[in-house]
Amino acid sequence: MNLLVLLKMVPDVVEELDIASGGAGLDMDVARMALSESDDHALEQALLLKERMGGTVAVLAVDAAEVDDALFTALAKGADRALKVDAGGVSQAGTRALADLLARVIADGHNLLPVDLILTGTQAIDDLDGLVAPLVAHQLGLPYLGIVTEVTPEPAGKVASVVKEYSGGVRGRFEVDLPAVLGIQSAERPPRYVPVAKVRAAMKTQRIETVEAPTLADGGMALAEVKSMSKPEEAGRAEMIEGTPESASARLCGILADRGLV
Amino acid sequence: MGVSTICPTPAPPAMTLENLFEFPEGRRILTCLQCGMCAGTCPYGDVMDFPPRRIIAMLRAGMLEKVFESESLLACVACYACMAKCPRDIRLTEVLLPLMKEQALLHMPELPGELQKALQNTLRYGNPLGESARKRAAWVKTAGVPVRIFQEDPAPADILWFVECYTSYYPRGQDCSRATARLFHALGVDFAILGNEEKCAGECGRLTWEPGLFETLMDYNMAVFQKYRFRRLVTSCPHAYNAFKNRYTSAGFGYELDHATPFLGRHLDRLRPLLSRRLEAKVTYHDPCCLGRQNEFYDAPRNLLKAIPGVKLVEMTHNRVNSICCGGGGGGMWLDTYFKSRGMERLSERRVKEAAATGADVLAVSCPYEISRFEDALKVLGFDKQLRVRDVTELLAESMEG
Amino acid sequence: MPGNIWVLAEHWRGKISEITFEALALGRDVADQLGSKVEAVLLGHGAKDLASELGAAARVISADHPALAEVVPEVYAEALAQLARRERPAVVLTPLSNVTLGVGTLLAAKLGASAINFCKDVRVVDGKIEAHAVLYGGKIETKVAAATELVVLGIMPGARLPDAGRSAEPPAVVDEATVDLPAAPPIRFKEFIEPEAGEVDVTQQDVLVAVGRGIGSQDNIALAEELAEALGGVVCGSRPVIDQGWMSLSRQVGKSGASVKPRLYIAAGISGAPEHVEGIRGATTIVAVNTDPQAPIFAVAHYGIVGDAQDVLPALTEAVRSRRGKAA
Repeated sequence: MNLLVLLKMVPDVVEELDIASGGAGLDMDVARMALSESDDHALEQALLLKERMGGTVAVLAVDAAEVDDALFTALAKGADRALKVDAGGVSQAGTRALADLLARVIADGHNLLPVDLILTGTQAIDDLDGLVAPLVAHQLGLPYLGIVTEVTPEPAGKVASVVKEYSGGVRGRFEVDLPAVLGIQSAERPPRYVPVAKVRAAMKTQRIETVEAPTLADGGMALAEVKSMSKPEEAGRAEMIEGTPESASARLCGILADRGLV
Repeated sequence: MGVSTICPTPAPPAMTLENLFEFPEGRRILTCLQCGMCAGTCPYGDVMDFPPRRIIAMLRAGMLEKVFESESLLACVACYACMAKCPRDIRLTEVLLPLMKEQALLHMPELPGELQKALQNTLRYGNPLGESARKRAAWVKTAGVPVRIFQEDPAPADILWFVECYTSYYPRGQDCSRATARLFHALGVDFAILGNEEKCAGECGRLTWEPGLFETLMDYNMAVFQKYRFRRLVTSCPHAYNAFKNRYTSAGFGYELDHATPFLGRHLDRLRPLLSRRLEAKVTYHDPCCLGRQNEFYDAPRNLLKAIPGVKLVEMTHNRVNSICCGGGGGGMWLDTYFKSRGMERLSERRVKEAAATGADVLAVSCPYEISRFEDALKVLGFDKQLRVRDVTELLAESMEG
Repeated sequence: MPGNIWVLAEHWRGKISEITFEALALGRDVADQLGSKVEAVLLGHGAKDLASELGAAARVISADHPALAEVVPEVYAEALAQLARRERPAVVLTPLSNVTLGVGTLLAAKLGASAINFCKDVRVVDGKIEAHAVLYGGKIETKVAAATELVVLGIMPGARLPDAGRSAEPPAVVDEATVDLPAAPPIRFKEFIEPEAGEVDVTQQDVLVAVGRGIGSQDNIALAEELAEALGGVVCGSRPVIDQGWMSLSRQVGKSGASVKPRLYIAAGISGAPEHVEGIRGATTIVAVNTDPQAPIFAVAHYGIVGDAQDVLPALTEAVRSRRGKAA
């Protein structure tokens, strides 16, 4: 099986996020970048499929802060190739532009095709103007399904049985013709741990292939413009509801109903 | 001065399971009598498939693979009890067990989730709690006394106070840091902290499967130390103390070194007149593994406690070298759910029962892991009304606020 | 004459989703501001009758096709795109839920339109759409303008109250439309997989009632279960409760258990130790009930009641049931 995983770096929300002086973006000097959580699951799912069925896993990302760590970690975990697109700033131009760029790179070759499955996270915390998986699928003319939690390709590799999550614990099974693009919600196992020594070894003995960004037809124009950013107001402490259990409960119930929770 | 006789020169970093027998320590392992003292002393010896004795037997038989494939090593909390009792002075906890654990991690199909998270957090954020590095020194604002941060004021200091993770981020740990800061201030100690530049010393990473993580942290911390000038390093965490003493030397660590408790113990004559407030309390002291058994600081904390007016010291059944680990070392801090799912009794609960049996009001501790572990155990067992957990520094500070 | 506001009417397993009503309420607000109308688009197979519930819309456009039986994003987006090219709406609101995730993105791509996700509100400023979106897991609020005539907005749950989008009357106009969809689609729905009896994934719940040691005994957990049932959620617990064996490990919330992100989290008899709080940071509304007014949980909760869970839980269950009884 030829598997391709698309990785994206997103702002690390463990850190305080500050707003840049222009008021319409994050202060990237203080923000740290982390691998999008569901992309990590997509990588894990790809590695599991490789272990079960044989084949290769290639990992593709657009250049961003701390992306090398993510790519070397992927190699240390068992990926066969890691490619980085040198696209000077596109990673800040939004998901739509990023997905268009990735699709172009895949279509242009770099030995990424033929591919059986393209996996990426189902959604990232900064996907303001689109989602990577359906957009890449659209550009490449491939089928797409998101919120996937299980992938079982048939031995012949032409079709896969795919499970997606709904709500309340209900899931749905679909049959998907391959090749396809899947948005992974969670891998069939939590993303594996890789010892730091292995990552350090990968940094010494393996390399990340750099790909120059192709120029896009429409110049990767952003179709949504952020006018301003702000931080929500901090509450501080709970609003305490006084009274007997009965009266406090009635009052609370009213508040929750106002919020559409009852 | 408490230099451990149990632990001679540190293991050379180049020792592996393959080249073990090229080193004196490796050959010493082969002199094992198979007496079983280690398994008998180990707090989890009864649940391990492969206590140290059996590991050595398997090593001799060339069957170590079987040990890596079992989950046995997850139960080792790196408490040094086996090493303290070994009649051959084999440095089990220091040398053999970390090498075994490193291999076991490579063989494990899946790490217990909480442990994995703690290791990943430590690498990424410099602390296992997954808190932002930029918040590490936030507690300083409420310390009540000035706490100098080297990054803001790089003038030399006599002492670098290495605060460590739980004492920086965890609310109850912050209580201890504030207490320690007040004590240092009252004693006129010339100190500074690294603040947000500080990262975990990595001891639990080293004894917990992850020498690569430890080396990354050691390289980082040594580089930060070299930015500033100080004579002595004093740390609030016995695990960090252990790391600096035994492993950082290989990276060039040459500062004088202390843990906060024995450090304060040496200042007792100047501290004693400041302890004006009576604390009417029966106190029992828990010897932390890394401070007590491993580095033999038994008397300093007891002397400090006895100096507090109104404190009556009582001993638990297992004290000093026989102290029962709280279960936090060797990764145990993040394996409670795993242990519980295997039906293992939490060591913190075992220990707290002993503490309650003494009739004490206060369980005094000296290691940041212990506060959260023992307070949790007290709640679970229902002893939280009769017994409270306090760090030695907290008790001293309480007595100082007259 | 400005274009209309379309709402993709999400329905699942025979029921219109709550988020559809929320989106209709939002759509009507936007339509009022723009001076146009809100219309619902109902796609499905054998689901035409559901149109009668969409009376909050001025008009329902209904398309029936076997390929629309279960939502496959490409197919739904294609159907919507065909309808949109004919009718030229100004805005299309698509719910952001597991059922329809991806439809909005594909629709925008097909039409060359702007897409804005994570919308909690939509305003009209100077005659143009301004979306209020939340990014980075809710940590940053943004105001976003579209760069194209048509904009597709992904609407978060909770943007409006569902009742504001419900109507006792059926819609004034229901038009049936035809769409041209492939006969042999590359993605085929097979079956639903129901969760096993008793198997509960707390991370997927919208409402959680959590109990801690303060619940007192295993028997009292029934009080939490009744409240959970009244609210349409499930119970979960902090670690001490699971340790006691009062609840299964799958229900544990906190550092050594699950991290949850419900819309409502009621913490009863939970002190709020950091280990537990770590697991509930994603909850939208947290209510705490504890006998200790100094309990740390009150620092992270939005609402608090100082009291015994054994008294408050039944009282709250009663209040919820009466309110639900009135609404029914």
